[in-house]
Amino acid sequence: MSSPSRAAGATIRGVGRTSRIPLPALAVSSLVLVSTALAFVFFVAPNDANQGFSQRIFYFHVSLAFTAYACFIGGAWKAFRHLTKRDPRADLESYVLIHQGLIFGTLVLLTGSIWAKISWGVWWTWSEDELVLFLVLYLFYCAYFMLRFSVDPGPQRENLSAVYALFGVVLIPVSFLAIRLAKEFLHPRVFTLHGPNFGGWILVTYCVAQAALLVLAYTLYRLELSGKRLDLRLRRLREVLV
Amino acid sequence: MSYFRDVGALARKDLLLELRARDTLPAMLLFVAATFVIFHFALPGTPSRLETTGLLWIAILFTALLGLGRAFVPEREQRTMDGLVLAPCDRSTIWLAKSLATLAFLAAAEAVALPLYALFFHSIDGTTVAAVVLADVGICGVGAFLGAMAVATRARDLLLPLLFLPLAMPIVVGAVGATVGPPVVSSPGRYLGFLALYDLLFAVICWASFEYVVAE
Repeated sequence: MSSPSRAAGATIRGVGRTSRIPLPALAVSSLVLVSTALAFVFFVAPNDANQGFSQRIFYFHVSLAFTAYACFIGGAWKAFRHLTKRDPRADLESYVLIHQGLIFGTLVLLTGSIWAKISWGVWWTWSEDELVLFLVLYLFYCAYFMLRFSVDPGPQRENLSAVYALFGVVLIPVSFLAIRLAKEFLHPRVFTLHGPNFGGWILVTYCVAQAALLVLAYTLYRLELSGKRLDLRLRRLREVLV
Repeated sequence: MSYFRDVGALARKDLLLELRARDTLPAMLLFVAATFVIFHFALPGTPSRLETTGLLWIAILFTALLGLGRAFVPEREQRTMDGLVLAPCDRSTIWLAKSLATLAFLAAAEAVALPLYALFFHSIDGTTVAAVVLADVGICGVGAFLGAMAVATRARDLLLPLLFLPLAMPIVVGAVGATVGPPVVSSPGRYLGFLALYDLLFAVICWASFEYVVAE
């Protein structure tokens, strides 16, 4: 083996990592969990006294939102590791997590819109704090992608993406506070939406749905990550061979 | 102490450049005045104080964006960014100096815009001026930081509003809340406090992470 290709082998090993849980096992468990969650949502959870059957979208809407937050915060954590520890894998992991967060965020906006239509008869309502916050975050993370794909791959792109991802995790609580404050002059009439009485089968169903979506998000994250890493390896191999 | 001397020197350089070339400030002044005129025609009937408050803040935000978009253009055109990065001073001084210079331009533009707003629409009180000062700090601090990011990309000036507007949402909330005042808002002080919190929080983050934005 010539020395350049051995050097390439060393770099390639730096890109990948052997993970503890194999991907097929993750895929099977997310399939089982999502099916169980669907069964719980449709057949076990009781009907809501006010909103009836349609309230069942709540189980997915809230779990999706929580999963998206987890992805954004995970992405910021990886970004932080990239900046402080110079972890060579962290940039790609941060990007993939934020990408997953954006996909789940889209679903949050869609399910929220459907829920608003059923509850209030409109496709969009500004009186739901969570939904408005997600819209702001959605715009923010869309700008993250614009930024990332507007810089050539390299250390600068990694740094800019990481810093912007860190801004995002600060923006979440600050925006939440701002939206709560803005209610005073945007909606002088205070809405009090009584949430469902949390307990019993409702809580169990919510927990199952939440676990299912978290595992699904992790599976998708690992899947995308392994695809991206394979891509990177291939490109580096090509560079070495040319 | 030498840290602030570096900041002063860098900010003075920007102000001097502006004094000689007069690129940014006249554009900002003209823009804000034209925006008010457009607003007058965009609003049917006699707009209430509540409505014009929103207009004032949209005008300020977009005027600031105009200035921020120009902030790093001289460094790019004259290729001085490398020199600044190589200079034997802390890299965060570049951000702080740029923020201060943009703040000076924005304050100068507002010194004209606020009386103009009072003349065209409604009078202005002390709380509004306090909100303008606090919001300017946040706008220029975060904006100069994102301006440095945007100038490093292929899209350049196009990217700055996209990066900036989601982050400016809390500033708008704090500023509008403080400006609206009673009876709609019971305590404007709370909004001023929120603006101060925002300024402090993002100033610390920008100061700590600017090094990574300019590092190659």
